[in-house]
Amino acid sequence: MSDLSVKIAGVEFKNPVIPASGVFGYGREYEEFYPLSKLGGISTKGTTGQKRNGNLSPRIAETPMGMLNSVGLQNPGIDKFISDELPNLMQKDTVIIANIAGSTPEECAEVATKLDNTDVHMIELNISCPNVKQGGAAFGVSCEGAASVTSIVRKATKKPLIVKLSPNVTDIASIAKAVEAEGADALSLINTILGMRIDINTGRPVLKNNCGGLSGPAVFPIAVRMVWQTANAVSIPVIGMGGISSGADAVEMMMAGASAVQVGAAVITNPYAPINIIDEMNDILDKKGIKSVKDIIGSVVPW
Amino acid sequence: MKYTQGKYLLLEKNTLARQIYDFTILCPDIAAVASIGQFVNILPQGHTLRRPISICDIDKEKGTIRIVFMAKGEGTLKLADTPKGANLDMVGPLGHGFTVSDSSEKVIITGGGIGVPPLLPLARHYGKNAVVILGFRSADAVILRQDFEATGAKVIVCTDDGTAGEHGMVTAPLSREITGVSRVFACGPIPMLKAIASVSEQNNVPCQVSLEERMGCGVGACLVCACKVKKNGDEHFGHVCKDGPVFDSEEVIW
Repeated sequence: MSDLSVKIAGVEFKNPVIPASGVFGYGREYEEFYPLSKLGGISTKGTTGQKRNGNLSPRIAETPMGMLNSVGLQNPGIDKFISDELPNLMQKDTVIIANIAGSTPEECAEVATKLDNTDVHMIELNISCPNVKQGGAAFGVSCEGAASVTSIVRKATKKPLIVKLSPNVTDIASIAKAVEAEGADALSLINTILGMRIDINTGRPVLKNNCGGLSGPAVFPIAVRMVWQTANAVSIPVIGMGGISSGADAVEMMMAGASAVQVGAAVITNPYAPINIIDEMNDILDKKGIKSVKDIIGSVVPW
Repeated sequence: MKYTQGKYLLLEKNTLARQIYDFTILCPDIAAVASIGQFVNILPQGHTLRRPISICDIDKEKGTIRIVFMAKGEGTLKLADTPKGANLDMVGPLGHGFTVSDSSEKVIITGGGIGVPPLLPLARHYGKNAVVILGFRSADAVILRQDFEATGAKVIVCTDDGTAGEHGMVTAPLSREITGVSRVFACGPIPMLKAIASVSEQNNVPCQVSLEERMGCGVGACLVCACKVKKNGDEHFGHVCKDGPVFDSEEVIW
């Protein structure tokens, strides 16, 4: 049995596996399958200042080895999150990461301030949602935008702050550095890659929003590359995600430089995916004779 | 509610019409808790997304469920390829099903095409007190007619082209039969459901409709299967997988 615990921005995780924001709601549905305490942490559904209804359906389309989604940040708003969901989550003996978003940097800051008075362990600022017209990815695709929203949110909260980066950029390392310089405690990446499918019989896009975010095993090599580039460019921890669906994938992502991993699309394919990944990681480390998962972080030896 | 995910044996496999498959699956834990109108979410091998398929019959004694589905896209075609004796990776039972009343009530059960299968257990429950009105494109698309007749319900079949039963839409027999009925249950294509809901509302008969939408997780977490509903005058996006698939027709914004 390897030591799977990791520490990110001063927060202890019993293992490095975290269901990603958006696939896991606020945990209630998955508690019907397994105790949430088995998880390293939970990144909750992206929450905004006010209730958002999200985009019209269809919001999902299958793609080869992956999926496109365009939910559009449907959520009940931060006040409801704090009153109706957070108290339940805080009892689950796992790290709770509140994923937040907003149409403006000020909205993001307002949400962060409200969370500052709660027991939530960490905040993950989403500057990379590809499915909303304002905010979201608009902040995350330039160094100036990413730096400015990070700076405002950083001042609004004392909680450990993770900033979730967009892969839809030319140079992710420069954006990572800009965010680090404004006081982010950690980074998470990648959010989904902007994509599109068209139904050739109707001539219409499959998604009502026309475009959506691509995730699933198809994006895994892109995610590994971006995590590797980012981890080499910054000195704060990186949480890697994008197409992880097995323990081997998680080990690979950590070798690329991730201090923990998030699991998104794989949860939709198999609700037990995070649990299976924890077990598989443990088996791999045992077979390799590695005592602590911390020893594999960034251990890739590049050519 | 407790959800189950596992690999379950495909006991029997038949073809009911062109591209329409009839599976009986051994899944005692799912069958034990499944109720009328719920669905299962099945993973076609090698795919990322599961396919939600309504439960057509539940045999709690034998521990089996029956599903009848149309192989239309890549995923359902893959499912249709599953050989008898192989396992299916399934999550279930899922969703909010039909609200069923005492079997002595007089009801109408109506639907069309591949929306017909989840209505069968309702017909079995209400038996001779039910009028079942089923709509299909043509005679060669008619499915489950004998199964519905075996429940003791009065069965009326309609076809768009008149090659079987009455020529025309289900709303004609519905309007004829609705007097004295205490509720209507419906599943089928959206334009049909809309018409059924409208006839029911004109006659002040409550109507439950089973909807369909492209789904992800199937349990209410990922929020992709949104449908516009209203409750207490407040419009919002409900989710077909958890709030539905069955809704009161008055809640649905068509």
